[in-house]
Amino acid sequence: MNIKHSKLEAINLDAYYGDFHALKSINIAMEEKAVTAFIGPSGCGKSTFLRTFNRMNDYIDGFRIEGQILLDGRDIYTDDVRVDELRKEVGMVFQKPNPFPKTIYENVVYGLRIQGIKDKKILQETCEKSLQQAALWNEVKDKLDKSALALSGGQQQRLCIARALAIQPSVILMDEPASALDPISTAKIEDLIYELKKDYTIVIVTHNMQQAGRVSDHTAFFYMGELVEYAKTKTMFTSPKDTRTQNYITGRFG
Amino acid sequence: MRVQEKIIEGLLWLSAAITILITVSIIWVLLSESVLFFSEVSIVRFLTEKEWTPLFAEKKFGIMPLVAGTFLTTVIAIAVALPIGLTIAIYLNEYANARFKTFIKPLLEVLATIPTVVYGFFALTVVTPFLQSFIPGLAGFNALSAGIVMGIMIIPMISSLSEDAISAVPRSLREAAYGMGSTRLQTAFGVMVPAASSGILVSVILAISRAVGETMIVAIAAGQQPRLTLNPLVPIETITTYIVQVSLGDVPHGSLEYRTIFAAGMTLFVFTFLLNNLSFWIKKKYQEKYD
Repeated sequence: MNIKHSKLEAINLDAYYGDFHALKSINIAMEEKAVTAFIGPSGCGKSTFLRTFNRMNDYIDGFRIEGQILLDGRDIYTDDVRVDELRKEVGMVFQKPNPFPKTIYENVVYGLRIQGIKDKKILQETCEKSLQQAALWNEVKDKLDKSALALSGGQQQRLCIARALAIQPSVILMDEPASALDPISTAKIEDLIYELKKDYTIVIVTHNMQQAGRVSDHTAFFYMGELVEYAKTKTMFTSPKDTRTQNYITGRFG
Repeated sequence: MRVQEKIIEGLLWLSAAITILITVSIIWVLLSESVLFFSEVSIVRFLTEKEWTPLFAEKKFGIMPLVAGTFLTTVIAIAVALPIGLTIAIYLNEYANARFKTFIKPLLEVLATIPTVVYGFFALTVVTPFLQSFIPGLAGFNALSAGIVMGIMIIPMISSLSEDAISAVPRSLREAAYGMGSTRLQTAFGVMVPAASSGILVSVILAISRAVGETMIVAIAAGQQPRLTLNPLVPIETITTYIVQVSLGDVPHGSLEYRTIFAAGMTLFVFTFLLNNLSFWIKKKYQEKYD
């Protein structure tokens, strides 16, 4: 498949949890300002793979990788890379909404605060802008000082997206961002992803075939730690090359 | 079979009943003797007089010097135990690897198994001379070294309970913090500690309650001179120490002097009772609900 400008790249990537070989020589390049979906049955390694892009697996005892992960052509696993700086560039949205037990406002500006930004004007402007980008502003603008835990699940997830946007990353990783949400909230998140890809490179893990079909430009199918097939989403869903892909997307297993 | 069941049930009920009965009778003894005391000494006098000299010819019954002594040693103990205990809790949670943690946590709790009398003479014979080497005005018996050693004793209480509180914070919050580019320190102090604050507060209150009731260390190392002061360098007396002093002395049973220990005991009981209830209430009210 032709990638015009590769934002993220994995080169001969192997990953292990202790003795367990979780990812097997993965090679993939992901298009800038596009949505790439990772699909595959549970335990196929797609979440593990997603988490290598912001080194979220670093704290897991016994986890290690071999090979390279490149962000804008630069290896992010070399010693001179600061993990906290990397994560400001590569934001993440998790499976379950995980707002901090703070106010809505404090949740959104958290990333700025830890960078030492104290200017009230900047904080407020960023807060409004991020909430608008996350299509949440109108619902919460009158209760920014209320606890984020009082929001509904779907609102919490959009808040988490706003929180991630506030630090202006260039990549957003989404680990099944809608799997814990109802259909209406899911639709809102999907619309949002469609909007966001104008400015951001998005990688999304999903269990939901229809969702992958709706939101993504490219799809990668993982099975047992291997990247089986990687193609334009349309191509993959209409004429998969590998029989395992075909079986999975037609619902024969998984 | 039926009869056996009944007997077992009866035994279980009995052991529960005995516990409650003992608690009630302790409170009853405290109350009834205190009432006799307060029929002779008014509560106003008890709370407002500035001296406590029930064993002297000229008797004064102001509890405040004893309360001040208790307060002083407790504050010093918490000032030592809270920063150290919390630091340990954060270290174990955010920095230490799992194997080190399982090794170090029981080791810390050994601190809690040292008999308090040992802590007491440790304060008197080691800490006080050490402090005297650079604090010239420090008396041989003083609130400072007793408070410090008491603080060391309650470190495991704070570190252990706070550690439990912090590790009860859902993993997803830690991931959220790291995912936003937080350093470990920012994650610990900006997210984990605030999210666990109710549990940490409870650990502190229980530690205070423990320090208020602590007897042996202060009896040995803080002196036995009731004094209305917040100066940590001079001998003082706590409520508990006074009770020990009178219980072991030759004060005749049934006398007013004898009843002072019940009044003092009642005061102590009210303090610890309130503190324990406060911690229970905080736990119920402020514990963050995560699903």
